Amino acid sequence: MGKSSIMKFFDSASSKSSARYALYLSSITFFFAVILIPPILGIVLKWNTMAETLGNPSLISRATAAIYASFAVAIFVSIVDVVAGLPAAWLITRGGLRWLRGLDTLVDIPFIIPTATLGYSLLLFWNSPEGISSLFEGSLVSPGWLLVILLHFAFSYPVVVRVMVGAILDYKREYEEAARTLGAPPFTADRTVTLPILKPSLIASFTLAFARSISETGATLMVAGAFENGPILINNLRTAQEVGYEGALVFVSFILIVISSLIFVIIRLLGPRLKMPVKKVWPVAERKLSDLRVSRLRNGFSLIVFFLLVLIPSLFVAVPAVYAVMNGTLNKALAGVGSWHGYWQSLILSYSVGAIATVINTIVGLPMAVLIARRRVGKTFSSLLDVLVNIPLIVPSIALGVSLSIFWENFAAMPEIGLLVLVHLSITYPYLVRSMAAAIERLNVRFEEAGRTSGGRPLTVFRTITLPLTKYSLFAGAIMVFTRSVSETGATLAVTKLETAPVLLVKWVNILRDIVESPIPITSSDVGLGCGILIVFSFIILMVSRTFTQRKGRY
Amino acid sequence: MPEVRLENISKKYGKIIAVDNVSLQIRDKEYFCLLGPSGCGKTTLLRLIAGLVEPDKGEIYIENRLVNSVPPEDRGIGYVFQDYALFPHMNVWENVTYGPRVKALGSEESEKLGREMLEMVRLFERLDAFPSELSGGMMQRVALARALAAGARLLLLDEPLGALDAKIRNELRYELRKFVNDLELTGIHVTHDQAEAMAISDRIAVMRKGKILQVGTPKELYMSPQHVFVAHFIGESNFLEGYVSKITEEESIIELRGGFFVRVSDRTNKEGDKVVIAIRPEVLRVEKGKKRRDNPVFGNVEEFRFEGTNVRCQIRLENGDSVVIVRPALTTDWFNVRSKVTVSFPPEKSFVFPYPKRGLKAELALE
Repeated sequence: MGKSSIMKFFDSASSKSSARYALYLSSITFFFAVILIPPILGIVLKWNTMAETLGNPSLISRATAAIYASFAVAIFVSIVDVVAGLPAAWLITRGGLRWLRGLDTLVDIPFIIPTATLGYSLLLFWNSPEGISSLFEGSLVSPGWLLVILLHFAFSYPVVVRVMVGAILDYKREYEEAARTLGAPPFTADRTVTLPILKPSLIASFTLAFARSISETGATLMVAGAFENGPILINNLRTAQEVGYEGALVFVSFILIVISSLIFVIIRLLGPRLKMPVKKVWPVAERKLSDLRVSRLRNGFSLIVFFLLVLIPSLFVAVPAVYAVMNGTLNKALAGVGSWHGYWQSLILSYSVGAIATVINTIVGLPMAVLIARRRVGKTFSSLLDVLVNIPLIVPSIALGVSLSIFWENFAAMPEIGLLVLVHLSITYPYLVRSMAAAIERLNVRFEEAGRTSGGRPLTVFRTITLPLTKYSLFAGAIMVFTRSVSETGATLAVTKLETAPVLLVKWVNILRDIVESPIPITSSDVGLGCGILIVFSFIILMVSRTFTQRKGRY
Repeated sequence: MPEVRLENISKKYGKIIAVDNVSLQIRDKEYFCLLGPSGCGKTTLLRLIAGLVEPDKGEIYIENRLVNSVPPEDRGIGYVFQDYALFPHMNVWENVTYGPRVKALGSEESEKLGREMLEMVRLFERLDAFPSELSGGMMQRVALARALAAGARLLLLDEPLGALDAKIRNELRYELRKFVNDLELTGIHVTHDQAEAMAISDRIAVMRKGKILQVGTPKELYMSPQHVFVAHFIGESNFLEGYVSKITEEESIIELRGGFFVRVSDRTNKEGDKVVIAIRPEVLRVEKGKKRRDNPVFGNVEEFRFEGTNVRCQIRLENGDSVVIVRPALTTDWFNVRSKVTVSFPPEKSFVFPYPKRGLKAELALE
């Protein structure tokens, strides 16, 4: 059969509702069997080991403190993200100046830099003698909770800005104008009208920042020092292999997964009911706050926060990368000498796993996105699926990894590379489904109806109408899957001895800082260049994705 | 009392000139319409008056106060948006009392104003409803009540009836006019619907491509249009092209295509000038066969349609031009398609304009 006759066969098969439901059913089965159930079952299988941990008060108190630290950091950072990110998004969308478009691109940079690289970059900036500390005596910020907060702020801030820029651009400005014509000064109009209308996006950006913070492992490992949050504790326990570590692992993973899911469900249920205070107005004070000088001050503050706390620390790793070019490290790297042989292998592994995860998730994620967006399996079940697909987003990746490795241990035939791919599939699955479900939901159903009434079969309509109109979101979703997979560290550490690029970089940093011993020495130029190469690749991906996603007619 | 004066106002968006050197005076307590096709700059002009956009050039005065640098919240205006812009997170009561609250009028006065306005628009019983629970007509009335409760003396309405069904639109336009009259406000109403503008305005400014072509009462615009576009846009007109063949003491004689000569009262053009004659469809007279009449032109009936109150007859003249005649259905003769007829019109019931430099079709185009 030729290509076109295969397509014809599938097109005509799609007219049968049994065929359509078989497709939906397989996509749901894949989701439950591969993405959702294994991490849960992994914990259930080791449930009995928890008894031992519960009888060890010192381990329990250490675990409780770590869990508390995880949530404290995530909630604090997400609140600061929203407070600092909203004015920046406002400045980008409303500033009315051409160079602000450049700022819009710069905001994405920390978002796509693999987090392990970001961690090292921040460490250099805040802690090393070459960084900002050179202005002071000794190191300005030592590894520990403060550096963890600075790090989490740097990588979750772009998420908030990105979401809020989109929301402000989509916002119908007439509401704000109506408030102004009714006598409200700009601050009052924004506070009582614009922000309440943007509330769903504010909540979404908070949730995403929270999820990023709670699940991050690789970069946190680099800057944590003696500080322990949930993922760091899991990693420390695994590395040390202390007595009863398995029970503690299960305990911490279980609590992190349950509380994260609970917080997510609570936000989802209570978010829409959350009322913002709009009735009370303070005309004199708010008029003063509407003053141009105040808004200039706010803009200046936003820029300082962005450059000083986010952009410069994130890109600081470029400094040793420049030295690396000059002192011969680049030649060593290109020749694959010493530790660099492993680097290129890890890079190939990272990008291969990323590509495989992207292809598989695109294939299995598309029917799920349609199913959620068009409520194909009943309103209630579709909404439930909509909530469930987010779970891998909010579960700490190392906890997910631990749980998955426990589950797949039972399948002796599973090769390590297979396990690695499965973990990456789980973690990246929501990005594609979320992005496409949102795009299809926004797409006017009448386009599809017009296609069907013109004689198109369901698959034909999907191929020729739905997909072309949502291809930018598909592309954006695929890019997110790929970059997230390439930068994934925590779960990878938990499931396999295979070294992806971020895992290798974490190891290099640990060798450099004498935390881990190695026969092959590592220099700061090596780490700098290793990170620099990842940034260059990420930057190329960002540029390509911008070219594709910013065209006209996107959904 | 609010009188609005615009002096040489211009506004560009990139290369597009939205408002082009407009000067205009709107009198106190007047109901004034800005009328024109889509994209003519009428909404931009309204937004300039409201302070929602700033002019590139020119001055705006409200109550003799230069307001160019006054923000919208301090201009003392009420603005009704085309799709109402009712705050979706507030109920009817919170929407209507928003203005008094942000202006710090005190809770008692806010309540009094809100109550009065909601009673006036007959929606007091729906004060707990959210905008999503209201019909289009109700939303329009809430938007009006909200604009008025803010204590505005100058009401700006941007296509306020545009989103409504025809029947409700017709009812609400008179209601709107009555509110503005009763409350002794000045109203500026933007619309592209000439019937709506004619029905409710004291005066109308007809706009096209950022410029005001003519300002006048509905009667003046209909009875003596000063521009060929106005003759086309206000009401309906037939256009016949020709040359001024001769000018006598009382009238001009125009030679139409195909060697027809007609007489018109207008004497403003010179002999040899190319001109356009505009004649309203209800002015043209039509009779069976070839008759000797004032300004007779012969032709064939191409189409004859019954439209309820009127009949509409389209006639292809012997010179190739086409004209439309509208007559009361009950008191006029009915014609068969293809029957030969004589069309005529009184010389004083026609308008003559110099032939537009860029051609008639381009001059009459709505976009």
